Amino acid sequence: MDLSLELSVPSRPEYIAIVRLVVSSLAAARRNLADDRIDDLKLAVSEACTNAIEANLANGTEAPVVVRFWEAPERMELCISDSGRGFNPDLLPEHPPVTDPDRLNFERGLGIPLIRNLVDDVRFDPGEQGTSVWMTLFGGPAEETGDHTSEIIRVINSEES
Amino acid sequence: MELGLEVDESRSPYTILAVKGEIDVYSAPRLREKLVELVSQGHRQIVVDLEGVDFLDSTGLGVLVGGLKRLRSHDGELSIVCSQSRILKVFEITGLTTVFQLSPTIEEATAG
Repeated sequence: MDLSLELSVPSRPEYIAIVRLVVSSLAAARRNLADDRIDDLKLAVSEACTNAIEANLANGTEAPVVVRFWEAPERMELCISDSGRGFNPDLLPEHPPVTDPDRLNFERGLGIPLIRNLVDDVRFDPGEQGTSVWMTLFGGPAEETGDHTSEIIRVINSEES
Repeated sequence: MELGLEVDESRSPYTILAVKGEIDVYSAPRLREKLVELVSQGHRQIVVDLEGVDFLDSTGLGVLVGGLKRLRSHDGELSIVCSQSRILKVFEITGLTTVFQLSPTIEEATAG
């Protein structure tokens, strides 16, 4: 797999919109993905970045959130890493069913179920140095005749040449 | 980007809160503050219009759930106006379509 992008952003909420914009623009330009899949990716990235920022904050670290975008012929992979203490995604508390009035007491904890629903594959890699969330979307590269006007593409191409 | 929050009180007893922009962990606190403010001012039937929203994540959903809970504790109700499939999808995946009353237009949301 080839690394197409590595983005290191300050661990602050105002930067998540920038990550969404960069990742969705790159995926739209580079991959053969329908618009609603790009929307899914945007949401999954946003959820993972929100969790990463919260993990860094809880660990009292000023470390950045690191986003890496990899490409293979049949898929793209995105890895979002924090420097928090790590967590076990299988031990997250389950929400009451939506028909239960107690459901209204749960305002948080929807991010990871959303990520699981939105991407083709997700893997959580928690460690003492932080957590990495790996997300996969299947789909081939964009057609050669696609949009090559993006600044991002120009940067990648100039780095490759 | 700043979140647009416009209040329309011309459809009594309903209060329309039209939201514009992207609702995420950065902007959601302003939506929460506005809902808390409206409830404390005595508004009890709040319709949150999401037609101008380009993006909604779980933090935004959490704020809406919190607003609904706050209103119900005051015998009120919070309903949602949304016709965009990409925003509706977030409610559908999380099962919250059965928690909120969702309408495609303000007219339908305020018809009851």
